[in-house]
Amino acid sequence: MDTLQLQNFARDIRVTTLEAFKTPLFGHIGGAMSICDVLAVLYGSVMNVDAANPLLATRDKLVLSKGHAGPALYATLCLKGYFSREMLTELNQGGGRLPSHVDRTKTPGVDMTAGSLGQGFSAACGIALGDRISGLATKTYCIVGDGELDEGQNWEAMLFAAHYKLDNLTLFVDYNKRQLDGYTDDVMSLGDLRAKLEAFGFVTFNIDGHNVKTIQNAITRGQEQAVKLGKPLAVILNTVKGKGCDFAEATGDHHMTFTLEQLETTIAKLQSEVYTV
Amino acid sequence: MTIEQSPKLMRDAYCETLTAAAERDGRVIVLDADLIGSSGMKPFFKKFPERAIQCGIAEANMLGVAAGLSLTGKIPFAHSFAPFVTRRACDQLFVSGAYAKLNIRVLGSDPGITAAYNGGTHMPFEDMAILRAVPGITLLEPCDPVAVSELTRQLAEDNLYGIYYIRMARKNAAAIYKNGEKFTIGKGKILQEGTDVTLFASGIMVAEALIAADALAGEGVSARVVDLFTWKPIDADLIRESAERTGAFVTCENHNIYGGLGSAVAEASAQSRPVPIEFVGVNDRFGQVGTESYLRSEYELTAEHIATAAKRAVSRKM
Repeated sequence: MDTLQLQNFARDIRVTTLEAFKTPLFGHIGGAMSICDVLAVLYGSVMNVDAANPLLATRDKLVLSKGHAGPALYATLCLKGYFSREMLTELNQGGGRLPSHVDRTKTPGVDMTAGSLGQGFSAACGIALGDRISGLATKTYCIVGDGELDEGQNWEAMLFAAHYKLDNLTLFVDYNKRQLDGYTDDVMSLGDLRAKLEAFGFVTFNIDGHNVKTIQNAITRGQEQAVKLGKPLAVILNTVKGKGCDFAEATGDHHMTFTLEQLETTIAKLQSEVYTV
Repeated sequence: MTIEQSPKLMRDAYCETLTAAAERDGRVIVLDADLIGSSGMKPFFKKFPERAIQCGIAEANMLGVAAGLSLTGKIPFAHSFAPFVTRRACDQLFVSGAYAKLNIRVLGSDPGITAAYNGGTHMPFEDMAILRAVPGITLLEPCDPVAVSELTRQLAEDNLYGIYYIRMARKNAAAIYKNGEKFTIGKGKILQEGTDVTLFASGIMVAEALIAADALAGEGVSARVVDLFTWKPIDADLIRESAERTGAFVTCENHNIYGGLGSAVAEASAQSRPVPIEFVGVNDRFGQVGTESYLRSEYELTAEHIATAAKRAVSRKM
């Protein structure tokens, strides 16, 4: 996809995410909306995946470690044809295939189960290493939340990724500056995140996480550098919690309830944003 | 009665078996958390450096990496001392492994009093209890190198799928089985027949149970001895049949009596044919430093304790 197509895809992911939320009328809407642009770039341009063969060994893989952002991934996978639009109504319903937190055993296209925060990047390291051992030229991606970086396991995994020179692995930090109890700076400061990631041995980019062109360039240039230097890649996505959804942006809440009218109004506003040349 | 020591160390049986399996199958991967020197896996690391993953002292990450390797079709075997792969990394094994329905083998070494001089911080009397509540997990405690070899071979080669935890003393063990012995996961092994009481044991307690049975025979008590090396799924059929045949049980475990082998046997017995049960095991205490022999006596894990418990169980029969 070109940049305009990616912008429209990101908008469609937001709209479809909100459509899915019409069933439960509650959920982790803020953290889902903040990652729609990186999902658009990954599934629109970057990742080598095939909706008809969701378990193909040679595909690129994504671990959504901040598993509560599942609805945004479900919207993306639905738009890519992994499952029907009707299935979106199963979001957070008993017996449904779209649980609040991502589950590889329930949803076609979800590569790894996550939800207990801090665990996904380790699994991503294992996937990247396993594919390398198998001689596969795949890429593995992982999206972690900024609040999630409070969990020490991430930092164990970062040591591992650098030690094993996993240059086929890209870590995205959804840096929306918020976590459940408030601003990350108030709950647990991350300090100079870029310097920390660089010190841990990552090629590191610190970019606007809502600009699809910037995201795409960071991945392309970053992966070139990573391979050249034998390092993993980290991309800090400076984002806004709830991006594109005014009522979620206004509160920055981690989990919230909302009305059908709020969703309809937001969807109509988003749909009026048509990106053209 | 004395039982001879096996000429082979437990960890050597484990390493030799996995090395042979890895020769045949490129999916076999070994991970360790800075304890290769302890697990005896140096020969594997030397022979298959690309499939031997040193994870450093980071057990949570190690089990997460194992989950990722499983996603790519590998068969990961991850090791650390038992407390660190169970107490410490429980949520990783639970969520990234079991809940995600992945395929991982975890070796927890130095169970219970075999941690000896490492003392209370390293002495797990709770590892099996913690993991027994993980849905679908398989829990194994082999008693000698023959059992280690055969169970490890099955875990590497028999297309088994799921989370398997092996609780294993690393070093010397009694020689209980002859080479070539067959083991079926989920089925206990009757080592000696008896009619008055059944002694269920695993790991280092199997030899103690055999010695206890010998002593009991001298006092006119006929004890069946069962190596219940699979704690989960528990062999409910054998437990029911043993209840019918002997009418009284003693469970023998190098583990807290809460949540371990005794609990598993009692649960199965209560659901089929309840009989008097005596629990030989650690009575809700923490570990401490000492020789194995000192700790065996301190925590009342000896053949004498088993024999006394057996007589109590028999006397409680209606």
